[in-house]
Amino acid sequence: MRKFRRTGVLRYAPALTMLLFLGPVGAGLIGTWLPAFGILPALGGTEFSLSAWHRLFAIPGLGSALRLSLTSGLLSSILALVLVIGFVASCSERKSFRVLRRFIAPLLAVPHVAVAIGLAFLIAPSGWLVRLISPWVTGWTTPPDVATVQDPYGFALTLGLVIKEMPFLFLMTLAALHQTNAARRLAIARSLGYAPVMAWIKIVLPAIYPQIRLPIYAVLAFSLSVVDMAMILAPTTPPPLAVLVLRLFNDPDLSQRFVAAACASLQFGVVAAALGLWRLCEVAIAKLARPWLTDGRRGRSNGVSAPLFSFAASAVCGLGILSILAMTLWSFARRWRYPDVLPSGVSLESWIRQSSSILNATVNTLGIGLASAAVATALVIACLENERRQGVQTSARGLWLLYIPLLVPQIGFLFGTQVLAVQLGLDGTWWALIWTHLLFVLPYVFLSLSDSYRSLDERYIRSALCLGASPGRTFWRVKIPMLLRPILYAMAIGFAVSVAQYLPTLFAGGGRYVTLTTEAVSLAAGANRRVAGVFALLQAMLPMIAFGFAIAIPALLYRHRRGLRGIA
Amino acid sequence: MSQMHEQNHPAGRLALEKLALRIGGRPLFAPLDLTVSAGEIVTLMGPSGSGKSSILAFICGTLDPIFDSAGKIFINDRDVTGLPPEVRRAGILFQDDLLFPHLSVGENLAFGLPRRIRSRREREARVLQALDEAELEGFAHRDPASLSGGQRARVALMRTLLSEPQALLLDEPFSKLDLNLREKVRRFVFDHARAEGLPTLLVTHDPEDAAAAGGRVAQVKPAIVEIPCAPISSQKGHEIPTN
Repeated sequence: MRKFRRTGVLRYAPALTMLLFLGPVGAGLIGTWLPAFGILPALGGTEFSLSAWHRLFAIPGLGSALRLSLTSGLLSSILALVLVIGFVASCSERKSFRVLRRFIAPLLAVPHVAVAIGLAFLIAPSGWLVRLISPWVTGWTTPPDVATVQDPYGFALTLGLVIKEMPFLFLMTLAALHQTNAARRLAIARSLGYAPVMAWIKIVLPAIYPQIRLPIYAVLAFSLSVVDMAMILAPTTPPPLAVLVLRLFNDPDLSQRFVAAACASLQFGVVAAALGLWRLCEVAIAKLARPWLTDGRRGRSNGVSAPLFSFAASAVCGLGILSILAMTLWSFARRWRYPDVLPSGVSLESWIRQSSSILNATVNTLGIGLASAAVATALVIACLENERRQGVQTSARGLWLLYIPLLVPQIGFLFGTQVLAVQLGLDGTWWALIWTHLLFVLPYVFLSLSDSYRSLDERYIRSALCLGASPGRTFWRVKIPMLLRPILYAMAIGFAVSVAQYLPTLFAGGGRYVTLTTEAVSLAAGANRRVAGVFALLQAMLPMIAFGFAIAIPALLYRHRRGLRGIA
Repeated sequence: MSQMHEQNHPAGRLALEKLALRIGGRPLFAPLDLTVSAGEIVTLMGPSGSGKSSILAFICGTLDPIFDSAGKIFINDRDVTGLPPEVRRAGILFQDDLLFPHLSVGENLAFGLPRRIRSRREREARVLQALDEAELEGFAHRDPASLSGGQRARVALMRTLLSEPQALLLDEPFSKLDLNLREKVRRFVFDHARAEGLPTLLVTHDPEDAAAAGGRVAQVKPAIVEIPCAPISSQKGHEIPTN
């Protein structure tokens, strides 16, 4: 009887997850599109009208905002992809490949906002890079008067996005390589006379591209609609489209909500169009390159591509690491005058003076992060366990559903989700906050855990059942302990994703909850680099600590269990 | 097939000089000297873990860097030790045929053709000729996944031969085929290797393979290699590990 009940509950896990998960996105989109066309009863909008759109297109900087979003979003996605493909294709036998591989996971764990703040400290006219070479090389005794951060072309934003997106695509590519038997194929192509890069592009890339397609789309959608990084690195007059949307939503004049909703719908359209265009380019390239694949061109063995990509990829990662160092230094700096390379004194003053707001923001961040990571992990495990017991596999379409919250721009539906939350009376509660975070945490937890969960040798479970253990006991005493390492790792990823969220906290929290991220974003605009450094560093540290626990706990528990180390 | 390679140098011999592989300082086998002349098929036999597949990886230049290696490799009297795989001209076949799944059967073959043959018409003609030879007429546009194991093995061999190798390495290429097919594919591969005059090195743990190859058999034993210089015969049979 007990066993029956358990299976019964599990059977609803996928449906429940989908409802929890896709419901808010769908409702949010509708709740954003309706006000764009004049319908929002709460603010007196009851009739269809295009006036919000007219007002939107009358905003002076709209064209530039749109151009800025498109250039930084497309350019950064293309750069990150080209860097990753070039680097993996040409450098897999170089030392830089092994070195970068080690740095990639920590870089991925650092939230976007922390990278943006650190990068701003690094490349600003009075930033660390200029200080390193001033005044002895440049002769600049005062910071040069050029906008290197918040530059009108959005280059600083593009660079920041590349630093964050390259590690993600790199990791996804490594996972895809692992699944496609790439090393053997490469060996065959090379024994047929193909130089390494040519072999990789003709033989490995076509096989792995379908597997990294969704991650690429997620990167593209994110880059085109990023808000938090853009508020720090992008110009402000006009800002990129997504920042403009947020400004309109925050306008004290409530009638601007309609314009904001129209602008958010435009943002959604931009992302949808860009994804469609990207897909068309994929099809066109696949078609045009087909004859080239088999025309016998074998490439040259000693091209310039290896040193070039090795340098470029290392430079991008190096900038990321330097950014983190820069904000660490700032947070402990007492006095750091231009053009000194290092602060003239260190102190904990910035930390102590901020201690109460640090504590408040840290507690909130921890609470939301731990809760959403735990709920997401429980749901994912329930879905995976159900999948195994029912003997069904998640299809390619299921994976698309999972990616939906990552493909739909946050700013395009969070307003509608907030409207829904208000109607459910959840607005500004912890429930709404955690639920909204869950939308973005769950996909990453699923992606991280599913492979290890599915590849656990089923015979362990069967042996336990044959020894007379109930399915429940087998699950808790055999499966979970054996999978402890990947489970904790997935939780750490979920936690890191939650810590990094800016817009979801802002919208679902109704502005009432301060996290390290919201605080870091608002401080980044201010003049006090030390305080901004404190919050950015803390924001970067929390995920690192979580990963530390995820690695240390199983290592400690299973220190005498060598057989478990190979799992996942 | 051989008439297709007029422009190509005839294959010479494959020679290994004092070849040794070590992993973590531990030698896998005693230093190996071996010469395979053009058109000859030599079989390397040994239990799994003896490093016989690693010898082939070393010859074609794709050895895992965790191995330390010593010795020299000559293909057609050219010292290829340390050269990148793509310039060694050592064709290899694995037990998985590793046909590229994103290309059709014909495209897989065209992938092997050298760039020297430029005109599209001639490339197509070569591919059709190779299909013909593999008794796979009309298969050019087929998905490799829709082929039977024996058909795939034949395509994989033709792809390798079209790339005009100067030595052929066979890494247990028959072990995944079922018994009645194995015999046919084996004959197909050996006949072509001999017709092309390729020095061929076969790695296997199946004594039937060695017998079918009909050439010399070298035993790779952990840290010891014996090279009896006589064709395999019945009284030697009991020495051959059958695992």
